[in-house]
Amino acid sequence: MLSVSGLFTEYATPKGEPVKAAEDVTFTVPEGRLFTLLGPSGCGKTTTLRSIAGLERPKAGEITVNDRVVYSSSKGVFIAPNRRGFGMVFQSYAIWPHMNVFQNAAFPLEVAGNGKSGIRDKVMRVLTAVQLDHLAAREATALSGGQQQRLALARALVMEPALLLLDEPLSNLDAKLREKMRFELKRLQRELKITTVYVTHDQSEALALSHQIAVMNEGRIQQIGTPREIYERPASQFVADFVGNTNFVEGVATGATSVRTELGDVAVTTEQDLHRDDRVAISVRPEDVELFETRPPGANVWEAHVEQKVFLGEAVDFQVTVGPRTLLSRQHPTLRTKVGEAIFVRLDPEKCVVLKVS
Amino acid sequence: MPTRSVLPSYPATELPSYRVEWKWVVIGACVVFTTYIAVIPLGFLLWQSFRTPQTATVDAVFTLGNYAAAYGSAETLRLFWTSVQFAAGTSILAFVLGTALAWMNERTNTPFKALFFALSIIPLVIPSILFTISWILLASPQIGILNLVLQGWFGLDQPLFNIYSLAGMIWVDGLHYSPMAFLLMTAAFRAMDPSFEESATMSGANILQVLWRVTLRLTWPAIVATLLILFVRAIESFEVPALLGLPNGIEVFTSAIYQAVHRYPSLVGLASAYAVALLAITTVGVYFVSRLSSRGSRYATVTGKAFRPRQIDLGGWRWFTAAIFVVYFLLIVVLPFSVLLWSSFQRFYAVPSMEALGNLTLDPYRFILNYPNLPRTVMNSVMLSFGAATIVMLVTSVICWIVVKTRIPGRWLLDNIASLPMVFPGLVLGLAIMIFYLNVDVGIYGTIWIMLIAYVTRFMPYGLRYNTSSMLQIHKELEESAAMSGASWITTFRRVILPLLKPGLLAGWIYVMIVSIRELSTSILLYSPDTQVMSITIWELWENGQYVELSALGVMFITALFFLVLIAQWLGRKYGVKEN
Repeated sequence: MLSVSGLFTEYATPKGEPVKAAEDVTFTVPEGRLFTLLGPSGCGKTTTLRSIAGLERPKAGEITVNDRVVYSSSKGVFIAPNRRGFGMVFQSYAIWPHMNVFQNAAFPLEVAGNGKSGIRDKVMRVLTAVQLDHLAAREATALSGGQQQRLALARALVMEPALLLLDEPLSNLDAKLREKMRFELKRLQRELKITTVYVTHDQSEALALSHQIAVMNEGRIQQIGTPREIYERPASQFVADFVGNTNFVEGVATGATSVRTELGDVAVTTEQDLHRDDRVAISVRPEDVELFETRPPGANVWEAHVEQKVFLGEAVDFQVTVGPRTLLSRQHPTLRTKVGEAIFVRLDPEKCVVLKVS
Repeated sequence: MPTRSVLPSYPATELPSYRVEWKWVVIGACVVFTTYIAVIPLGFLLWQSFRTPQTATVDAVFTLGNYAAAYGSAETLRLFWTSVQFAAGTSILAFVLGTALAWMNERTNTPFKALFFALSIIPLVIPSILFTISWILLASPQIGILNLVLQGWFGLDQPLFNIYSLAGMIWVDGLHYSPMAFLLMTAAFRAMDPSFEESATMSGANILQVLWRVTLRLTWPAIVATLLILFVRAIESFEVPALLGLPNGIEVFTSAIYQAVHRYPSLVGLASAYAVALLAITTVGVYFVSRLSSRGSRYATVTGKAFRPRQIDLGGWRWFTAAIFVVYFLLIVVLPFSVLLWSSFQRFYAVPSMEALGNLTLDPYRFILNYPNLPRTVMNSVMLSFGAATIVMLVTSVICWIVVKTRIPGRWLLDNIASLPMVFPGLVLGLAIMIFYLNVDVGIYGTIWIMLIAYVTRFMPYGLRYNTSSMLQIHKELEESAAMSGASWITTFRRVILPLLKPGLLAGWIYVMIVSIRELSTSILLYSPDTQVMSITIWELWENGQYVELSALGVMFITALFFLVLIAQWLGRKYGVKEN
């Protein structure tokens, strides 16, 4: 299991101003779990991953893996990356062009001083696992993008690492292949039960693969939770906005379960303590904005107009206006209300996430 | 299937180990070595220029006398003026030739230009001393073939050309440096987006207007840089001023330094004072070149894209430009080599005639092959160039790794230190190293080791350039993934960096090898009878007036260098293209 606590890094820009890359980053990854650091570029997720790898030296904090301290500012410990015994897949895959497939995968075992026959068995086993065994003798430069990605994974797994680090491993693949490799990666991780830290800026990748997600922004972790928690109960406007699409409706609380907004009074259910006159924003996912051609029963129902619609194949996105507000709604293509026609909007109070405005 | 990892048990904390870190040993050794060979001779040269000559009875003391002697006379002003005239003339001639050829080759539809480009490396294998001597054989007032032939044709009683003049010096050195101008300007034209030119053409400009108002304007940083490089090279050049200038009393800085050292008693202090002046000129030149090339990126002309420029159709004029190629190739390769070849088959030097044709002999070759010191000389040259190339490339690979791949503070200083020898004219470097090891006796003066140190110092900047351009292309994740695989720094360097650096390493190694084997101006102050090299033997044969023997040696030398370059190109093609 991996534990990161109080991690703090900064580096100097070419102009000499310090930039805080990670601030007080703390999380633990239980044995065999896949943990994702998700965030926009420059949020500190890669810095955090590289600090765990030992490729960067943090300013403060502590990192332990299975009770072995690999970095600790207070104890003055910093283990060099080549002694940590972690496997890592880089964004560019970093497949060595002067070696063939077998040699690439065998390198970690060779430098560890394993015997020749042992190396052969282990390398072939791991190449079989990523379905590259038939290409073992091929030049690494002759591999396709997907094959390079699998080779990078094989090289990271061959030494049976205590921890697997993945730095945007799918971002260099085309869309179709990315979807396929997503399943592949998930299958492999779940089968091997290897503790994994995954870095990505792609929220759908994070939701699909992870046991747990940490959403980061400006060097800080905004929220840690399961994919479902992150998506359905975002803790801040940033998380709601970054993970998936959402509608924000600003307003002022009029009681513990009611918010006055431009739409009118919205009934909400929330675990937060809501006080009168608190300024809040309500986040509603487009698929939770229900549309009806006839007035439905229940709370939070308003009459609206269809402003615009976009046909996406498996769904139709509607832009509807309620008074001065525009809401985005995702509907099944069977709803065929025309642009300009009237329509009814309903928001389930359970799906209205109340976020404090800072 | 790899099974789930069996986790080894580690102690709760792991203290850093205090065993020797080889990484820092190697890095430290390379940094110390580089600093030592680049900085020490310069410092000593400066120091020596403020000292009186040391004799058995009188100790050296501080003096400004060398500078007073060097700069106090009208003689020096004349020296300075001649040097500048010579260098300016040479660089302009080389630049005009090189640029015209580069433009014709890159931007026009001149026939056979691919062949010309392939041939353009041949001049590089003719050492400067042989090129100069062959032009003496072609255009000296007394024995020059061109003079005699033209006199015969036109019935003149005066020789047409006098190679022993400032104009003659400029002609020979300008021709000799024109391939360098050609290569530099070719690179500049290739880096320029041709759509700038095409849009000028679409706006109605003709070929000359496009050339003058767009092409040359946009490549001006490259033009100035090229001119400066050529100027620095010309003011440093030793062979041409020594062989063509000195017989007629035309002195420039390099030949004046040589004269000051090679008289009895030698005036090392005076030579140093001249050398400091020369060093000041080259330093200013190199400084502006580096300023220009770092600013060059501001011009939108340089991008990473490979352009396939549309070529300008010259119409009937393309046969004229093709003729220029032919004439140029005659002047720079065919005539010089032919005259050497001709004279190498003579018993005594004679101008081509039917009578002389009857006297063809292999005697000069026999003489050279039985030359007492030849095996040793060849061995010395080969060992020195092999050793220098290997040391230069390995040391600079570490240096440029530090400069390119790390964030160690002060790495820019290291880059500058390793590039420092670039400002040393060969002769000045030889002088500086000579002075240092004369004063600091570590037992290498007069041995082959002092030559090796000199070569390594002189060619280190070239090695650094070759390695840097290769190193910049190595993605840092290729290294990091080796570290994550458990490889130490040494293993990573040996198994990942060096193999990936191979194209640059090989190209630089070959280049340093070739320039080392041709080296004369540094060796001439450092050699001893035991440490003769090929270029020195040629020099000595010339001093002895053994022209036919010299020609035989020259022909063999050029042929050997030519095959070396062919092998080099073959190796480059075989191993150089595996990247990506």
